[in-house]
Amino acid sequence: MGSTFWKRSSLISIGIALFLVVMAVLVNLTSLSQYTWLRVLFGVSALNFTLRASIPLVLGALSGILCERSGIINIGIEGMMLAGAFAGFVAKTNTNHWPLMSSLIFSVLIALAVGGLMGLLHAILSIRFRMDQIISGTVIIILAAGTSSYLYDRDAIAQGKFSSVAIPGLSDIPVIGPVLFDNPPLTYLALLLVVVVHVALFYTRWGLRTRAVGEHPRAADTVGINVNRYRYVNTSIGGMLAGLAGGYLVLEAVGQFQEGMTAGRGFISLAAMIFGNWNPFGALGAATLFGYTQALQNELLLAGVTNVPRQFISMLPYIVTIVAVSGFVGRVRPPAAEGKVYETEGGTE
Amino acid sequence: MATASPALPSPGRYRRIFRGLLIPVLALLTALVAGALVMHLSGDNAQDAYIGLFKGAFGSAKGWAATIRKMIPFILTGLSVAVAFKAGLFNIGASGQFVMGTVFSVFIGINFEGLPMAIHLPLAIVFGIVGGALWGAIPGILKVYTGAHEVIVTIMLNYVAALFAGWTVYAGGSQGQTPGPLWDRTAGPISETPDVLASARLPYLFDPSYRIHYGVFIALAAVVFIWWLIYKTTIGFEIRTVGQNMKAARYAGIRVNWTVILTMGIAGGLAGLAGAVETLGLNHKFAPEFGGQVGFDGITIALLGQTHPFGVVLSSLLFGALDAGASKMQFDSRVSADIIQIIQALVLAFVAAPMIIRALYRIKRLPTESESTSLGTSWGGS
Repeated sequence: MGSTFWKRSSLISIGIALFLVVMAVLVNLTSLSQYTWLRVLFGVSALNFTLRASIPLVLGALSGILCERSGIINIGIEGMMLAGAFAGFVAKTNTNHWPLMSSLIFSVLIALAVGGLMGLLHAILSIRFRMDQIISGTVIIILAAGTSSYLYDRDAIAQGKFSSVAIPGLSDIPVIGPVLFDNPPLTYLALLLVVVVHVALFYTRWGLRTRAVGEHPRAADTVGINVNRYRYVNTSIGGMLAGLAGGYLVLEAVGQFQEGMTAGRGFISLAAMIFGNWNPFGALGAATLFGYTQALQNELLLAGVTNVPRQFISMLPYIVTIVAVSGFVGRVRPPAAEGKVYETEGGTE
Repeated sequence: MATASPALPSPGRYRRIFRGLLIPVLALLTALVAGALVMHLSGDNAQDAYIGLFKGAFGSAKGWAATIRKMIPFILTGLSVAVAFKAGLFNIGASGQFVMGTVFSVFIGINFEGLPMAIHLPLAIVFGIVGGALWGAIPGILKVYTGAHEVIVTIMLNYVAALFAGWTVYAGGSQGQTPGPLWDRTAGPISETPDVLASARLPYLFDPSYRIHYGVFIALAAVVFIWWLIYKTTIGFEIRTVGQNMKAARYAGIRVNWTVILTMGIAGGLAGLAGAVETLGLNHKFAPEFGGQVGFDGITIALLGQTHPFGVVLSSLLFGALDAGASKMQFDSRVSADIIQIIQALVLAFVAAPMIIRALYRIKRLPTESESTSLGTSWGGS
C-alpha cells in the first residue's frame, strides 16, 4: 500500500502550493483584482509573506525528515532552532565591526554549528544513553530556552541583515518574479536544500542506506551498514538544518533575537513533515500551506476586512496544523523503526 | 517497563524506596554541579548563587511561605503529566489546560454576586477542573479517532488556549471590536479581568502577608486521590495496563480508546485545577500571556518524581524552592535567575536517562528497574 499513499499525500500538498501560485497570477493580472477579498487572499504581499513564513518551516521539516528517515524522532527541532537563532545572534553582535557580508556568513556558520551540536546531543542521549526520544527532544527544548535566556544580553544589538538579491531576468516575470526571484540568500538556499535533500534521500547510496536504517535496522545491519553511525550523522545534519532555520529568523527575517522567538515553529515544522509524508517536496507544500495561514492572519489584520477578533484570526495557523495532523496521520506512514533503540544482535555496550 | 519475574527475589520495601530515591537525588546533585560549572564558565560566582538560592527558599519564614506557595501549581501540573505518563501518553499541554481552567473558574468567580461562599467557591473550582478536562480530552479524542499524536495537538492547543484567554479579557481594538466577555470595564484600555468576588476566593492560611492559601490542602488531597485512583481502583489498573502494553490491554478486554480519552481528561482536569487554585487563591484575576512555563515544569516534575504521586510532591518541593529562591539569588549574587531553567533541564536529562547517572556513579541496575522512561513510539499511534 505504501507507494500509492506516498504519492497521493505529497501530491495534495504540492497541489495546494500550485493552487496558490495560479490564483495569485489570476488575481494580480486580470480584472479579478478589483475584489478586495481576493486581493487580501492572493495579493503579492500575501504571497511574499507566505514564502518568508514558510522558510523556517521548510528547514525545520527537512531537519525532521533527515532524523526520522533514519529512525530518530526529533521533537527538539524547536530547541535546535532557538539555539541556532541565539548562536547566530551572538556571533553577529560580536562581529558587528566586520564587513557586513562576512559577518553574516560567519554568523550563519555558527548557527549551523550550534544546531548541529544540539542534534548530536539529541543523538547521544537517545542512542548512547537510550533516553526516550520524545523526552530527549523535550530536554533539548528546555535546555535551549534556558540557556538562551540565561546568556542573552539585552543591550546587544545586531547591525544589519541579509538583503534581497534579485535574480536578473527571472525577477522581471510578473507576480512570480517578485515573489520567488527577489529574495535574500538564505531563502534561495532553503529552496535549494529541498532539492538537495530529495536527491540525496532517493537517488544516492547514502539515502538508500538512511531509509533502510529507518525502516528495517536489523536488515540494514545484516548487510553491513552501521545503523547507529547513520543515525548519529543524520541527526547531526538535521540539527544543522534546524540551526539554519534559527539563523534565518535572526539574520534574514527579523534582524534581532527575542527570547522564545521560534514561537512554536519547530512543532509546526513537525506537522509539515508528517503532512508532507516525510518527503522533502511534500514538506515544502505543507510548509507553504502553514506559512500561508500565517500570511493570511497578517493580511486580514492589516486590511481590516473582517471584524472577527484578532485573537481568533491568530489561531488559524495552529488550528490548521491540528486539522492537518488529525486528517492525515492515519493515512501517512512514518518510517517503521522510528523511535526504537537499535541494539546489535546479542551485543552489549 | 520491566516487571519482576517470579524467579528473582524481590528486594524489600525500604530498599525499594531507597533505590527509587537514589537516581533522582544523584540526578539533582549532578545537575547542581553541572549548573555551577555553567555559572563558573560564564563568569558568575556559583557559591554565592547557591547560598542565595537556599536562603531565599528556606532562610526565613517568608522564604518557606514562598516555597510552599509555589509548590501548589507544581504539584497539580506535575500530577497532570504523571497521570498521562501512566497511560503512555505525553501531555505537553498542561499549560493550555491550566489557562482554560483559569478562564473557566474566573468566569464563575467574577459573576454570580451574592452567592454564598459554600456554593460559589466550589462551583468556581469545579468549573476550573471542567475547563481543563475538556481541553485535555480533545487531544485524547483526536488521538483515538484520527491517530493524531498528542504531542503536536497539545502544543498547538497551548497556543490556541493562550489566544482564547487573551480574547476573553480583550479591551477592544482601535477598529471598534467588541471587548472580550471577561474584560474589566473599569480598567479602561487595560486588558484584564476584574478581581474574583470575595465569595469565590480561597482563604489565606496564617497571616495574609505569607500569601499561603487553602489551595495547599486541595493539592495534597489531589495527590492522595490520584494515588488511590491509579493504584487502588480498576480504572487505575486499566490506565496502567494501557500504558504498559496497549495491544495486551485490548486483548484483555480493556476499552483502550475510552481509557485514553479518560486519562487525558483527568490530566487536563488536574492542570485546570492548578489554574483555578492559583487564580482563586493567589492572583484573583488574569491578563493575557500568563501560565508560561508551567507545562514544561510539569514534565520535569513528573519525571523527577518517577511519575509517582508522592514523588511528585517531593520534586515540587524542589521546584518550589528553586523558584522561590531564584529572586533572592539574583539579588544577592547578580546571577540571572534563568540559570534555574538550565538546572531544571539538566535534572530532566539525568532523570530521564538513568544510564548516565548509573555510568557516572557505577551503580548496578536491579532486575526490577527499567532501563529508561518509555513512551509510545512514533507518530502513527497503534
